[in-house]
Amino acid sequence: MATPRPRVKVPSSASAGEVITIKTLISHDMESGQRKDKDGNTIPREIINNFTCAFNGTKVFECELDPAISSNPYFEFHAKVPESGTFTFTWKDDNGETYTEEKEIEVG
Amino acid sequence: MTQLTRRKLFTLAAGAGTFAVAANLPRAAYATPEDAAKAISEFTGGKEPQSGRITLTAPEIAENGNTVPISISVDSEMTEGDFVESVTLMAEGNPNPEVATFLFTPMSGKAEATTRIRLAKTQNVVAVAKMSDGSVYSDKKEVKVTIGGCGG
Repeated sequence: MATPRPRVKVPSSASAGEVITIKTLISHDMESGQRKDKDGNTIPREIINNFTCAFNGTKVFECELDPAISSNPYFEFHAKVPESGTFTFTWKDDNGETYTEEKEIEVG
Repeated sequence: MTQLTRRKLFTLAAGAGTFAVAANLPRAAYATPEDAAKAISEFTGGKEPQSGRITLTAPEIAENGNTVPISISVDSEMTEGDFVESVTLMAEGNPNPEVATFLFTPMSGKAEATTRIRLAKTQNVVAVAKMSDGSVYSDKKEVKVTIGGCGG
């Protein structure tokens, strides 16, 4: 599988205290552990099991994923923006890897 | 040694064919609504969820069970003193009922989330919300699935 590539959509600016919408997507097969290969052997589970979004170090939103989440997991959620800062997005893989992405937001 | 007649050969082949089909079909056993109820009870700590406050949005008919859009929305002010702590999603007829658990904070602003899930067959999807005061609410929707997901 190719290295998972995260994509995140965050508005570049907001007013203080505004609730913004964030959309995230990461390319990942989300192998459920239910499927079998052509020889009848179970393909081992390998999914993204956790996703976290933090703003300036404070947790905003988290999701614990089970194999029933579709491949290329997509999330749409909200965040309150009190000040300018950085959103950090972290995806944790079953194989121990973590993938991160950062986005700046300006409060005018 | 018995002679392999033409008739016997046909019987054998038919038998082998049936066996191959049977071996292909039943994969993992599906969860039952009881399994889902048990998982929900673990999530709520044994509390019976009330109806209201949480809305689960799902398509009535999903053509492709591999990617079914699901949204949840909980009516809450999301202040430090009163917010939605978590929402769990369960699918009653998947191999495992657990789908995902969302954890919110007052910084979330709104207790709403959208994602895409896999559904193995036509079944009920249940969302359960846990509030910061300990109360629990749930909502349920049936999704008709034309082509099941989770397979291979």
